[in-house]
Order: sequence, then C-alpha cells, then structure tokens
Amino acid sequence: MTTLAPAPPPAPPPTGKRTLTAEKKAERKLAFLLCAPAVLVMVAVTAYPIGYAVWLSLQRYDLRFPNDREFVGLDNYTAVLTDNYWWTALAVTVALTVISVAIELVLGFALALLMHRTIVARNTVRTVLLIPYGIVTVAGAFSWYYAWTPGTGYLANLLPEGEAPLTEQIPALGIVILAEVWKTTPFMALLLLAGLALVPDDLLRAAQVDGAGAWTRLVRVIIPMMKPAILVALLFRTLDAFRIFDNIYVLTRGNNDTGSVSILGYDNLFKAFNLGIGSAISVLIFLCVALIAFLFVKGFGTAAPGTDSEAKR
Amino acid sequence: MAAGSALVLTSALLAGCGDDSDELTLNLYTAADGAEQYAAAAVDCTNAANGRYVIRHHMLPRQADDQRLQLARRIVGGDTALDIVGLDVTWTAEFAEAGWVEPLPDEVADRVRNGTLEGPLKTATWEDRLYAAPLNTNTQLLWYRKDLVPNGEPPDTWDELITIAEDLADQRRPSWIEVQANQYEGITVWFNTLLTSAGGKIVDDDGETVTLDQGDAARRALEIMARVGRAKGADPSLSQRDEGSARLAMESGRAVFQVNYPFVLPGIAENGGGAFLDDNGNPTNSDTGRRVQDEFAWAPFPGMEEGKPATVTIGGFNLAVPTTSKHPTEAFEAIECLRNRENQLRNAVEAGVPPTLAELYDDPAFQEEYPAWEAIKSSLENAGVRPASPAYQSISIVLSADLSPPSGIDPDSDVEKLTSRVRDAVNSEGLVP
Repeated sequence: MTTLAPAPPPAPPPTGKRTLTAEKKAERKLAFLLCAPAVLVMVAVTAYPIGYAVWLSLQRYDLRFPNDREFVGLDNYTAVLTDNYWWTALAVTVALTVISVAIELVLGFALALLMHRTIVARNTVRTVLLIPYGIVTVAGAFSWYYAWTPGTGYLANLLPEGEAPLTEQIPALGIVILAEVWKTTPFMALLLLAGLALVPDDLLRAAQVDGAGAWTRLVRVIIPMMKPAILVALLFRTLDAFRIFDNIYVLTRGNNDTGSVSILGYDNLFKAFNLGIGSAISVLIFLCVALIAFLFVKGFGTAAPGTDSEAKR
Repeated sequence: MAAGSALVLTSALLAGCGDDSDELTLNLYTAADGAEQYAAAAVDCTNAANGRYVIRHHMLPRQADDQRLQLARRIVGGDTALDIVGLDVTWTAEFAEAGWVEPLPDEVADRVRNGTLEGPLKTATWEDRLYAAPLNTNTQLLWYRKDLVPNGEPPDTWDELITIAEDLADQRRPSWIEVQANQYEGITVWFNTLLTSAGGKIVDDDGETVTLDQGDAARRALEIMARVGRAKGADPSLSQRDEGSARLAMESGRAVFQVNYPFVLPGIAENGGGAFLDDNGNPTNSDTGRRVQDEFAWAPFPGMEEGKPATVTIGGFNLAVPTTSKHPTEAFEAIECLRNRENQLRNAVEAGVPPTLAELYDDPAFQEEYPAWEAIKSSLENAGVRPASPAYQSISIVLSADLSPPSGIDPDSDVEKLTSRVRDAVNSEGLVP
C-alpha cells in the first residue's frame, strides 16, 4: 500500500523558492523605499537633536565664554551628578511623579467606571469630565497660581491669615500635585475607559451568575482583563509626569526647592547659557525616561505603543 | 541650533526681499514695555535721517529673561536682522565679553558721555569701554505713609524703619514693610543696594574677583534682610512680593513702607487712590473720605547708617549695536537720535521711565510728570550698580535662591555660603539652581 501510494508531492522546486525570495526581496526593497522618507524625517527631527545634545554635553561650552569651548569628556556629568541641585530636583521629580500618578490612577479609574456606567446624560458627563484636560496647561496653572496667592486667591483666603503656601516647599509641591492631578486625571480616565470597553459584558454576567459581588467582579474580572490598558495608561502618565515643566514653571518657577529636573535643565540652558551642563542634564533626563519605559515594557510586560499585545503572549 | 539659525536667516532674507532695494532698514528691538514710545522715536529718527535709512521698531517679550534669551540666541546664530537692541543694564558685561555687541566708536562714545548721568554710564561700560548708550534708567525710593510715621518724618535708616514698623505692630496699626523678596532678580537688587550702602561689593570691577566676604558689609546687609523678614507684624506674603504685588499691598492700606520704583506714584492714582482708612490708619470698607493716596509720600531710600545716603541699585535700558549688524555706522548714528533729549523726555512723560540726561531733570515738563524728581535725581547721583560680570545672570540666580525667603537668612553663616556660590557662578562652574 505504502509503496503504491503516490509519491509525496515534490518539494517546491528550488527555482520556485528562488523566485519567491526574489519577489520578497523586491517587496522588501520597496518597503525600505517607502519607509525611507519617514526614517529620514525621524532621523532629522529625533536622532539628530539627541545626538547633538550628547555631543554638546561632552564639551565645556558656555555661550557667554565662546573662546573657552573645549572637549571635556564626562566632566559635565560629574559636575551634575555631584551637585546637590540635581539630586534635589530628581527627588522632587520622582516624588511628584509617584504621588500624582498614584492619585490619578485611583481617581481616573473611578471616573472611568462612572463614565462607563452612566445611563443618564452619558455624553454630557463625559464631556464635563474632560474639560480640565482640554484647558491649556499654562492657563490652568495660572488660575491655580492666583487661587493660591494671598489677596487675589479664593483658596488662599480660606487659609489662616499669614499663609503663603506657594512659598514653602512642601505646600507648594502639594499644589503642583493638585494642579497635575486636576489636569491629567481625565486623560487617565479616558485611557481606562477604552480598557473598560474591552471587558465583555457576558463575562461579567457569568461571574454574577456564579455569585461574584461587585467587588469580586472588579478585582477578579475587570482589572485582570484591563491589565494591558492600565499599564499603558500608567506608562504614558509616568513618562509625562516625569518631564513635568509647565505647572511648576508657572506656580513656583522652581523656587524654594520645588524645581523638577526639566526646570533645572531649562535654567542651566536658557538662563545660564551653559550648553554643556544643560545638555548633560537633558541627556540624563532622557536616560531616566528611557529607563522608566524599559521597566514598564520589560518588567511589567506593558505593550509598547504600536505592538500587538496579543502577539506577545 | 543650526536649523534654528537657518530658519531665522531665511526669514531675514525673505524680509529683506520685501523691502525696496534702495532703502536701508535698521531694525530696532526693544522690550515690550514702553514700546509705543520707542516706535514713535523710530518714526522721528527715520524722518531725521532724510531718507538715508528707515528705522523699523520690533518688540521683544515682556520678561527680561525672555528678552535676553531671544537676543542672545539670534546674535549667536548670526542673525543679521538685528541692528539696534535694547539691553537691560545688567547684560552689558555679558554681551560685551561674549562679543555680541560692538563697542561705541570713540567719537560717538564721547558724545554719549557728555551730559549723561554717571550711574547709567557705568552700567553701559565694560573694561573701560562704552558698549551701549544709556536710554533710560530707574531707581527706587522709600514710599511711606505720613499718618503712621512719628511726626510725619520718614526714617533715614533701615534700623529706624524696622523699629517704627514694629511699634506700629504693637499698636495694631498697619505695619507691613514691602520689599521685593520673591526669589527673582528683585531680591538680588535689594541685597545689592544694602551691600553697597554698607560699603561692600559682590565682585570687583574686573568682574572676576569675588569681594562679597570682604569687611562686614555683607553680614550687615543680611542682618537687615533677616530682620525685615522676621519683624513683628511683617507681611506674611513678604517672600512672594515683587514690584507689582508690593505696590498693591501698600495700596490695600496694610503696609506702612515700601521700597519701589517711581511707577507706584502714578499707579496709585490710576487705581483710585487705594483703600479707605479709618481714624487709626487701618484699611476699612466704609467711605471715610480718606484714602491711602492722601497719606502717601516718598523719601530717599533708607541707608545703613545715619547721615550716609544709600547707594540705590539702578535699572533701565541701554541701546547697543550687535556685532552681526550689517550697518553699524548708520546704527550708531540712529542710536544717538533714539536717545536724544526729545525722545528721553517722551519716554519719561508717557512711559514713566526716568531719563539718563542730567539736564532733563531741570525741565519743568519732566518735573511736573515726576513730582519725586528731586529724590530720584539724588538717588541716581548716588547710584549703586549691580556686579559687572559676564556671568551676572548666574550670580543673580544663585543669590536669589539663597536669599529668599529673607526670614530664613542666617547672617552669621550665610556670607561664606553666598561667597562660594558666587565664586562658582563667576567661573561658570557647576549648576545654577
């Protein structure tokens, strides 16, 4: 029988394979050609400035003393990393990031649930919740600034006489966090709402039939199903929060030890015109941001934007 | 940066193309404050040039930091579209040392020196050469409430001033002392005035040697600042005050003293005269017919000791020609016109900034606009200048970071700390906060 069986179909002739490869090659070539403009643009707008910043950070280069420009290797990094201003700014930035993102996650989740479940005036509720996110950060920051300034501010006037919260480190940082949370919680809620929409209603109903209460459904069904969405939301917000600039710039200008690393970089670049030191700070910020992204993607298995989270499993 | 300057260059070229090819355009860049008056001066000086050149006025941002940033960035980028620029008095050394502005040609410098007040001239000088022509100046006075000081006599010294304010606090009357104590240039100005009045100096004339810790002037200046910050009945928001909010605090009727620029005088009238005052001099909501303005008066800036007037730190703007300008000869000619008698008088009368030409102070038109002109003139004659150093901006940033809030100053230990920070800044070492 077996002998009579027709011979297995011959493997595709090598020539055929070669044709396919040639086709693939041509296709790949076309793909490269089609991508090339985008790659060029990316190099021009992203890689070049980053590379230039790295190059500047290795030089003593102060615009005010153009004749003293020279290559100094890692001296600028040593100067930054041994300076108290840098570590204060980093501590402030990390504290702001952790606290504000934690509050935003909890609040944002609550708002997302609210938006998801609202039956009455659904669109209105969603629109109203999104208003703070639609306001220009600087404009919002100014209204917080005036609100907390004694004399002009309705919030400052609630405090006991003699309090000027924006001039003290801890109260000022509290106000910065408040402004951040107010401003970006809607963004968090929006991302989480998209995640909530992915939780199938059937699954929830099945859980309910099995006797799971609201809390159990939330912890056992909704949150595990939403993990990718939550991690992406956290990644985005953490990266954003770490680079905080505008709220601090308006509220305190970084005075009284409230400056973030971005404020420190700005001041050294644009007030002191010290391109070397300022670039070194920028590169360090870039490394911190890269580290955060790496931890999220590799450590927690966050799907990087643009990749298919299913494909990774 | 290369791309940025290319963009700027392109736009400059495009702007050039639009012009009549025979017409020589000089671009004048000034701060946004008082822009109307500068623009009017540009028109007058264009007419005076009889068609040889046209001066076109452009506005820089309102904030000094942003102005400096734009000018420096464009000049470093080789932008040829800047012909005449308004420099804040503190930038001269920096712009001169970095090679961003041309020194005045000798004959122009001679004419500019002639008749110009000494203090403003000093702010335009770096290493014995004049790099800019003083356009206007500014100085601070002591503004006080006649009804609150003993016999209506203003104090001569800070010591006396603080004592009066604390006595008023005991009597539950307005006792705030308004100064510029926020963490910004203003607190550096206050410190510099106190320091130079006590005979000290932040850096030597070479702009490199730090002299902050010589003698006891710095400690005495810090003592006064700490006392004002901690005075009984002090303004709780003192560490947030700048020129504008200090003025408003005084208009609200709760301050007895403020040190501030002359703009507060027309300002209080524009604002309706300030709060109503009760019999005790405290602000009240009911119409008593007596307002802060009725008791508002001025006196020379208080000194550090009896009989020795303060050396008040002066501000203002100077006109300079960037090294990138293609028409320096015409630009220098235009500068002389832009700062001539008529234009300075217009700036004074319409924009409220004190002129730099000595003889204008005898002009009735100016005297009428500036009821405090005598005090201003004598203050200018005793002017103190801020450190002339290419690294001035860094010096100011570290000083303001360490001096604010004044109540946190420790006069005994802070002199040493400030000195080492300023030394780093002068050498452009390390970070600025």
